[in-house]
Amino acid sequence: MWVYEKKLQYPVKIKNCNPRLAKYIITQYGGPDGELAASLRYLSQRYSMPVEAAKATLNDIGTEELAHLEIVGTIVYQLTKGVPPQILEKEGLGGYYADHDRGIYPVNGDGVPFTAAYIGVKGDPVADLVEDLAAEQKARATYEGLINMTDDPDVIDPLRFLREREVVHFQRFGEALRIVQEKLNERPFYVKKPDYAKGKTMSNVSPAANVSPASNVSPAANVSPAANVGPMTNLSPFSNVSPAAEKKKK
Amino acid sequence: MHDAREKLLREIQALEFMEIELNLYLNTHPYDQQALMIFRNTVQQRKMLLDNYERMYGPLTASASNSFPWPWIESPWPWEA
Repeated sequence: MWVYEKKLQYPVKIKNCNPRLAKYIITQYGGPDGELAASLRYLSQRYSMPVEAAKATLNDIGTEELAHLEIVGTIVYQLTKGVPPQILEKEGLGGYYADHDRGIYPVNGDGVPFTAAYIGVKGDPVADLVEDLAAEQKARATYEGLINMTDDPDVIDPLRFLREREVVHFQRFGEALRIVQEKLNERPFYVKKPDYAKGKTMSNVSPAANVSPASNVSPAANVSPAANVGPMTNLSPFSNVSPAAEKKKK
Repeated sequence: MHDAREKLLREIQALEFMEIELNLYLNTHPYDQQALMIFRNTVQQRKMLLDNYERMYGPLTASASNSFPWPWIESPWPWEA
């Protein structure tokens, strides 16, 4: 279950409104590569993972993405706070304002509402983790695009933090995938779902006893995020804050 | 706008960031004893600072609410500047 802490994971203090920018940034709230999609995807995939490291990774990254969802919502909220409806309309948020006023509603940069079609939950550990690797790259690329659209340091700062987190998540999912593939390769294992042969006797069914998955089909063989990348304990985005935190070197 | 409350909150955020970084790392490197040690230290420090913060400025989790009237509802909420 979830416990809520009454603070953002990373501070957001925006001094200048910018509704047009908000219109684009909201895509990381309700768009295809946004934080709602990410958290729902990971938290949904975790149930069917067969390996503990993968369950924990999906659980915890999914949880962190909820914290990111909150940050994106906050950015959009602060960028539009107090802006008169006429200005909102002029800056392209007329349709949004009509339906949602100043509310934060999950849509993409063009106002298309969120859909579960943005996420994949195949129930297959390799398929799911490879989707997650792609998702993190798409999110990273989207944050780069959004950062390119503004000069406001108050906005760039949290976007940059969020972008960095996607890079780290990509690394972790790569490790989880490696661990899952090692486990699957440990001994011969049915490629198809084991229960497809239920109800058939051993004499008339020949399960693929000699088919070990991933032995020569390793899709992520050349998708290797840098090995041995430890946690960013000496690269904290908060490096100007706490001397105690800076002393932590890995 | 960097008063004492914000400064302390930033320190807590910084330590929590470290914590979650190590948490994710340890999920795929469960035998890394050094990382585990750093994680424990970070948690300890964070708890200390959090205690201080909550005593002075109010609860950061609902269960830490400890005054009258019910302090949990008080502003600022995290999305407010």
